[in-house]
Amino acid sequence: MEFAIQAEGLRKAYGDHEALRGVDLAVEPGSVLGVLGPNGAGKTTIIRILSTLVEADAGYAKVAGLDVTQQPNAVRSRIGLTGQYAAVDERLTGRENLELIGTLHHLGRSEAKARAADLLDRLDLVESADKLSRTLSGGMRRRLDLAASLVADPVVIFLDEPTTGLDPVSRTVLWGMIREQVKRGVSVLLTTQYLDEADQLADRIAVVDSGQVIAEGSPDELKTKVGGERLHIRIAESADMPEIVGRISTATTATPLVAEDGCTVSIPVDTDFACVSTVAAALDGAPVEVREFAMRRPSLDDVFLALTKNSDEKERTVA
Amino acid sequence: MSAITTLNGSGELGNVKWTALSDCRALIGRHLRHLIRMPEKLVSATLMPMGFVVLFGLLFGSVISVSGGSYQEFIMAGIFTQVMMTCVPNTAIGTVEDLRNGLVDRFRSLPMNSAAVLVGRTAGDLALRAVTVLAMTAVGFAIGWRIETGFFAALGAYAVLLLFGFTMSWIGAVLGLVARSGEAAATMPSLLLMPLMFLSSAYIPTGGLPGWLQAIANWNPLSAVVNALRSLWGNPAATDASVFTVQYAVPLALGWMALILLVTVPVAVRRYRRAVAR
Ligand SMILES: Nc1ncnc2c1ncn2[C@@H]1O[C@H](COP(=O)(O)OP(=O)(O)OP(=O)(O)O)[C@@H](O)[C@H]1O
Ligand SMILES: [Mg+2]
Repeated sequence: MEFAIQAEGLRKAYGDHEALRGVDLAVEPGSVLGVLGPNGAGKTTIIRILSTLVEADAGYAKVAGLDVTQQPNAVRSRIGLTGQYAAVDERLTGRENLELIGTLHHLGRSEAKARAADLLDRLDLVESADKLSRTLSGGMRRRLDLAASLVADPVVIFLDEPTTGLDPVSRTVLWGMIREQVKRGVSVLLTTQYLDEADQLADRIAVVDSGQVIAEGSPDELKTKVGGERLHIRIAESADMPEIVGRISTATTATPLVAEDGCTVSIPVDTDFACVSTVAAALDGAPVEVREFAMRRPSLDDVFLALTKNSDEKERTVA
Repeated sequence: MSAITTLNGSGELGNVKWTALSDCRALIGRHLRHLIRMPEKLVSATLMPMGFVVLFGLLFGSVISVSGGSYQEFIMAGIFTQVMMTCVPNTAIGTVEDLRNGLVDRFRSLPMNSAAVLVGRTAGDLALRAVTVLAMTAVGFAIGWRIETGFFAALGAYAVLLLFGFTMSWIGAVLGLVARSGEAAATMPSLLLMPLMFLSSAYIPTGGLPGWLQAIANWNPLSAVVNALRSLWGNPAATDASVFTVQYAVPLALGWMALILLVTVPVAVRRYRRAVAR
């Protein structure tokens, strides 16, 4: 099967700093790949190579079946790019911005106008369509930015941290817009620093760190790798911890994990929600001040900790 | 895909001239819109040069004299040229701005001609300068400057002047792409161009300078432009009309500008092709 995006062994160095150290990626047509990673992981560099802005030092990449270094212009006519920083011309209106992009895609004047009007309508930007982009809010600007990447009906779109800095409402709106594109059969590569965003949108997730893919899989696969939801119990005095751990151990089969601060203990819950009430009952009447009793999803920190710990362990067992 | 988008040897889309033209036209349109939306820029691009004309023409005109006409008539070509040099920082700052806000990334991800963005900006700045030149012409006439030649020669002088501005804009584009900082791009040229300006025939008749200084001033590319303007407008020359650099000022000026464009355009376009936002 032909992949929408396929990359092998991508490397890129800036000076003697290696931004990418051999990245492999594959995105099936009509699916969403979430590239998850912290600041400086190399997410933007991956997007820049795949969208023909930067040439890789080594490795090769195909987008929509075309080699990005051999046929950059053909690739460009099939992709849409929404970069990390909203790229709208502040002194043009939203409509003018979209019409300009359409013209530069060689759609022809009337077609460019029609597409701009259609996108403004679909992305709920009609009211601000004829205001200078400078006056738009961050969320609207981001929406306009996304619209600009959709002008020429791309088959592959790249979104570099599309919702960073947006409020929850704008975020949800943008997610909806991305889902709509996927429904139309568009393939998407999006980068993000938020696990829940990748979880919400992506069919598959690639976790990158220091220029390498350290894990790849469906959101569920990754979650099981990291461990699912955990029950966190925080107490006032670390001196009471042995008491708590003892009570949990007798009540459940799960292994309690005490955090570094000595005041928080957590146990995996996964799908066994009954253990929550068991633990609650076990703590009932204990002479300990419980400050917090809560279910928590693994955060990006947990994912990284778990994944880097795994790879450390693997290296150790190999050695 | 139609026949015009067939692939050539390098795998790029076929070189279709008319799409390049439409790209340039679209981007020039972008910059003309910018001009309309920045009235403050229009004001600064007209009022300041007009002030220059009044100041230099009236103040210096009363203390410096040239042979073959009034100092006002002599100095206009110099002031026009000096003002055109502001195309350097102007274009540089705009280029840096595009790099900063990510627009370059967007444009570079489009299947468009890669020179079009720079052509749009340099041509847009040229349009602004055309307005400047009109304003300066009006004030020049008010303080006693006159064009002594025919319509076509006069028009030729304006063409040389605008071509000079266009050339300066491309220098600015290179500086902006290399320096990537608005301030650096704005100060670098003035450091570079100031001495060039004063060692030229822009403000002083070069005939009175010592020999070696005179040679430098005569062969200075800025002098070529200034001398060309004076000869096309029939204004007093900076030195004896039989001097080679005065006699052949127009071809010299055109040669200099062609040379500069031949260097700056490819360098700027190559730089632009690799530029990404930071
Ligand atoms: N043009 C450049 N010149 C020098 N170094 C660069 C350049 N672009 C990126 N880098 C470096 O390469 C590394 C990866 O950068 P990249 O922008 O791809 O990371 P990122 O995952 O997108 O980070 P962020 O979440 O902050 O956007 C970083 O250490 C960065 O400093
Ligand atoms: Mg980034």
